[in-house]
Amino acid sequence: MLKSMDKMDFKVVLPEGRLTDEGRCVWKELSREKKLDFYRWMVQVRQFDRRSILLQRQGRIGTYAPMAGQEAAQVGSALALSKEDWIFPSYREVGVNMVAGIPLKQILLHWMGRVEGNRFPEGSRVLPPYVPIATQLPQAMGAAWAAKMKKEPSVAVAYFGDGATSEGDFHEALNFAGVFRLPVIFFCQNNQYAISTPFRRQSAVPTVAERAAAYHIPGIRVDGNDVVAVHIAMEQAVSRGKQGEGATLIEAVTYRHGAHTTADDATRYREAEEVEEWVRNRDPIHRLEVLLKAEGLLTDADIRDWEEASRQVVEHAVKEAESVPAPAADHLFAHVYEKMPLDLIKQKRDV
Amino acid sequence: MPILSYIDAVTLALREEMQKNPRVFVLGEDVGVRGGVFRATHGLIDEFGPERVLDTPLTESAIAGVSIGASVYGMRPVAEMQFADFIMPAVNQIISEAAKMRYRSNNSWHCPLVIRAPYGGGVHGGLYHSQSVEKLFTGIPGLKIVTPSTPYDVKGLLKSAIQDEDPVLFFEHKRCYRLIKGEVPEEDYTLPIGQAEVKREGTDVTVISYGLTLHFALQAAEELQKEGISVHVLDLRTLIPLDKEAVLQAVAKTGKVMIIHEDNLTGGFGGEVSALIAEEAFFELDAPIRRLAGPDVPAMPYSPPLEKEFMLNQEKVTHAIRELAEF
Repeated sequence: MLKSMDKMDFKVVLPEGRLTDEGRCVWKELSREKKLDFYRWMVQVRQFDRRSILLQRQGRIGTYAPMAGQEAAQVGSALALSKEDWIFPSYREVGVNMVAGIPLKQILLHWMGRVEGNRFPEGSRVLPPYVPIATQLPQAMGAAWAAKMKKEPSVAVAYFGDGATSEGDFHEALNFAGVFRLPVIFFCQNNQYAISTPFRRQSAVPTVAERAAAYHIPGIRVDGNDVVAVHIAMEQAVSRGKQGEGATLIEAVTYRHGAHTTADDATRYREAEEVEEWVRNRDPIHRLEVLLKAEGLLTDADIRDWEEASRQVVEHAVKEAESVPAPAADHLFAHVYEKMPLDLIKQKRDV
Repeated sequence: MPILSYIDAVTLALREEMQKNPRVFVLGEDVGVRGGVFRATHGLIDEFGPERVLDTPLTESAIAGVSIGASVYGMRPVAEMQFADFIMPAVNQIISEAAKMRYRSNNSWHCPLVIRAPYGGGVHGGLYHSQSVEKLFTGIPGLKIVTPSTPYDVKGLLKSAIQDEDPVLFFEHKRCYRLIKGEVPEEDYTLPIGQAEVKREGTDVTVISYGLTLHFALQAAEELQKEGISVHVLDLRTLIPLDKEAVLQAVAKTGKVMIIHEDNLTGGFGGEVSALIAEEAFFELDAPIRRLAGPDVPAMPYSPPLEKEFMLNQEKVTHAIRELAEF
């Protein structure tokens, strides 16, 4: 299995739902529960994503960053992490956050514009979503450095998109991680567009993964719509990190079915045929569904039941989030510093 | 009480905090084996090892970013920007991230980190080793900004900064490093961030300053005493949070105010202090507020006569205070 990771484009489940030759060995070793977990989480995430877009259209949440199409990359990677690992996500990582145990209610509150949504359960090591692009990469390294100093066996994962690979922080982070062999994983979901900018205009190098060589860390390219391949790649990166072997760059090649955000119109920069190809023929959930059915692990009734159950979970979260009372206006002034400075107390009073 | 230089007080504060708390570590360019280009971290690597005195690549954004990530994980990083001029690549991390971590996470996370940076001119450092950068950060809520002027204040305030639960930018005037010496107690003490100090009592003119120019004000005050002009000198010590009460009290002492800093006049912190006085102490004033500051040119020239022209000094300050006293 390790040998296959040295190759580019590691695949286990092909788009039509068949296993590759090397995939068969991998698949055999997975428990039934794990196989179904992949599926259930992806369906749950997609239901949440669909509902969120509708909520935005109805004015019930703010601008939202859809992630449909990227479920395998997010679920497959997040399921390889444990409680002690750190997650530094971008704004599109609702799937990662859900798998990491962030309540859907909190995620919805975040998209409603409530900072309370970024208060995560006690003991959670998930940072709030990073918006400025690539700033989370050096910070993940800081957590990795702290883990090294504390001699704690945790890895830190920075999630980012292909656009982030052009930022200075990408270079600074990978270079630093290479020099100090830190337990950090740079997980790039290459969905091939940074808003409208295609990856070929983002980088003269045709893949993100090959950049890793410049920093003397392994670069792994997987089919990001193949949840098993992603999971195996991530498991290996986590294990490398925890064994003191240093950082890994993973490029999960994927595609966002929708627009950059609900404020974007992707038809302005993507050909309909291209979108159609990814949505119809390379969907991450469909291929696993076909495989699980062929293996006798999933029936049409199971699918209906699980989709319904997922919808219920989302509906419950929507109700919970919408029943949270509006913040007091003076919450505007909360948590600027540990203790509110006199000047801010005055400003708060004067509002 | 031992007499220490300004830079020795930096080293002492770092050493004491590192001895006390294993979570404190320093990182930056040349801070380890070299002991810092100014020697501020001299000897620390021998005492605490290369993990806690981390020599980094030339990577200011990562230095700040790593500090944020490590502080979130419970460490107490003290990052050194080799020169304040080189803080620019780290500005995104400082402003977009460190300053906002507590706020945007609704108090779930915070960044107890310190970023030390030598700033200021008068050392023939040229355009890129002389800048004052504090005004770039004073308008960014979420940061604390400390600008000590004496060795005593350096030790007490740096220790407070390291113990503080919020991100602190600690600006050290590099001309002060070896020029300014003073008594520094051997015992463990801290000074509160956000508290100004009257460095000299007076009755005719109030000078409000920080850093190197504070010393010019003290020298000028000594000189002007001989002419019968009594100068009251307030050292801000901390720019953010600003000690407004101390400013207003200092204004009330004399009714004539001069604000002095080396940072450029336009946008410099003197404008903020001046606005505060105009809003809250207008009727205490007997003369227009006067600001004396670095001119609005893009950088400190390398040419010695031009650097001299840019820099304030005792003569310029004495002259300006005398004028104000005569108003």
